[in-house]
Amino acid sequence: MEKFSTIISSAVPLPIEEVDTDQIIPARFLKATTREGFGDNLFRDWRYHADDSPKEDFILNNPVYQGQVLVAGKNFGCGSSREHAAWAIHDYGFKVVVSSFFADIFRGNSLNNGLLPVQVSADFLHEIFTAIETDPNTQLKVDLQAQRITIVATGASEQFDIDPYKKMCLSEGYDDIDYLLSQKSKIEEFENQQVAW
Amino acid sequence: MAKTLFDKIWDAHVVAPVNGGSEVLYIDRQFIHEVTSPQAFDGLAKRGLPVLRPEKTVATADHNVPTANQHLPIKEALSRFQVDKLTENCEKFGVQLYGLGHAYHGIVHVIGPELGITKPGMTIVCGDSHTSTHGAFGCIAFGIGTSQVEQVLASQCLVLKRPKRMRITIDGELSPGVLSKDIILYIISKLTASGGTGHFVEYAGSAIRALSMEARMTVCNMSIEMGARGGMIAPDEKTFEYVKGKKFAPTGAAYEEALAHWKTLYTDEDAVFDTEYHYNAEDIEPMLTYGTNPGMGIKISEQIPMVAKVDNPTTYKKSLDYMGLKEGESLLGKEVNYVFIGSCTNSRIEDLRLVANYVSGKQKADNVYAMIVPGSKLVEDQVKAEGLDKIFRAAGFDFREPGCSACLGMNEDKVPKGEYCVSTSNRNFEGRQGPGARTILASPLMAAATAINGKIVDVRKNLN
Ligand code: SF4
Repeated sequence: MEKFSTIISSAVPLPIEEVDTDQIIPARFLKATTREGFGDNLFRDWRYHADDSPKEDFILNNPVYQGQVLVAGKNFGCGSSREHAAWAIHDYGFKVVVSSFFADIFRGNSLNNGLLPVQVSADFLHEIFTAIETDPNTQLKVDLQAQRITIVATGASEQFDIDPYKKMCLSEGYDDIDYLLSQKSKIEEFENQQVAW
Repeated sequence: MAKTLFDKIWDAHVVAPVNGGSEVLYIDRQFIHEVTSPQAFDGLAKRGLPVLRPEKTVATADHNVPTANQHLPIKEALSRFQVDKLTENCEKFGVQLYGLGHAYHGIVHVIGPELGITKPGMTIVCGDSHTSTHGAFGCIAFGIGTSQVEQVLASQCLVLKRPKRMRITIDGELSPGVLSKDIILYIISKLTASGGTGHFVEYAGSAIRALSMEARMTVCNMSIEMGARGGMIAPDEKTFEYVKGKKFAPTGAAYEEALAHWKTLYTDEDAVFDTEYHYNAEDIEPMLTYGTNPGMGIKISEQIPMVAKVDNPTTYKKSLDYMGLKEGESLLGKEVNYVFIGSCTNSRIEDLRLVANYVSGKQKADNVYAMIVPGSKLVEDQVKAEGLDKIFRAAGFDFREPGCSACLGMNEDKVPKGEYCVSTSNRNFEGRQGPGARTILASPLMAAATAINGKIVDVRKNLN
């Protein structure tokens, strides 16, 4: 996994709530057996017509909005556990997703793929949406070490939570397998004591 | 100290603490399927790792498989490739596969319980959010992402933070025509699609205790639809009876030993939950969804909520537009052309018996295409043994071979754009059953009644 450091970037606003992973990447695109290439089908049915022509009014098709940060309404990533959703968002070029609320599995999947979910208050989310609406080039600064997200122009900022272990993994580029393999003797010890099923 | 059922099982599986409050949790069983496993095996191969405990993982091909002519090679190239990849990976890594053509083939959450692989007190994971189904046996069972599938393959463990605990108690008696599917749709309509986030749910109360094991699975199955990590029900005599004699259940002295342990699996009287809800079974009616997430549900006697009453009008309107429905409208009498009876929520033998009993001697309406997809080969065999397939066919239903099918429309079983489908599955997301498809979630009885009438009716008014 690549290391995550501070990001300063403009953002793409998606002020829709309850964005489920079937929208992020519809099931019919889950037939690949590698992790790459899912970005092309990110938000497929919101982004393209049935004949593959782009839907002009969808935000990803509006060149005014660019950047490494996706800002979305609450309960982002609900529904299916498909990690393909996190892969698609990351593959498209996003490094951070901001929302006022994330579904649990999506949050975990993101963290396992170097995509940082930043949960902010509903008020701060609103402030970010307003700032982007006023100026599409609004820069957001996401500082993992300080666990802080800032609207650069106004200096308005908010602290965000991240599990200390996950923070370490992200900033060092480690993943859980590296960690779990280091625990092998403890795992075997546990197995020896456990009743056999 | 008084403990919840959840904590008893969790504590018994902690291998080691991790800095910052997470824990290494031991996983007793992993189920895998063709869609969320290839990248995990790929990851193992790249690191040169074996599967640590191959005997603790069981595989099936369900999401992507056709539900007709399963004896023939899969026509669609990408689906075939994915299923072949699973076969190849299972052979290479020594994992048991119940693939197409195997007597135990079926939807992952249907085969685990019916084979006795799922047992009380276990930790169970699968790269699939409806893994919570297995919680009906008093298990900690939950869906994971592909990176975690890889972790379990490599180490039989996961690094996890203990979720909060929620208890939902339903007391009282369900009225005739109201099923366990209605209980869970009712709960989700109350709590919303995110109301359970961060929590693991225990379902309790007399209405839950009264349910059969299969009906309990339907409840636990949809826990994820309110955002919960999982759902569980304390095991009782019904659970023990159900497991007994199943293919992979312990026998003889081993069964007695296991039973003694299973009997300790309940929430202690004084145990404290982070969140509690109480509902009355008498308040539950046949439920229907009208929107694009499972939290958007109403009782059959209710109308679609007014835009002014909701707190996210933009998202709400987008949803109603997609569904082609209006605020204040009733769903009663709505013409529906597609009916899907299947999925890991409602494709077990009891579901199909209920449907057969209802449609027996009736004819589906001319405007309807109705498909019934059994959850597994064993269910299919049982249906045939009981002659239910003849009843289905006589009533004009298409009885197919097992798989996930139109639950997620990854194979050719799709609902056309703009069409309504009353479905016994678990998700009514935009495009879930095919691009542009409009899904109305309901119980198997409501689905059967819709097929017979060609429109939505209150099944309570015309029970056999
Ligand atoms: S039946 Fe539907 S919900 Fe269940 S495992 Fe298959 S795709 Fe998932």
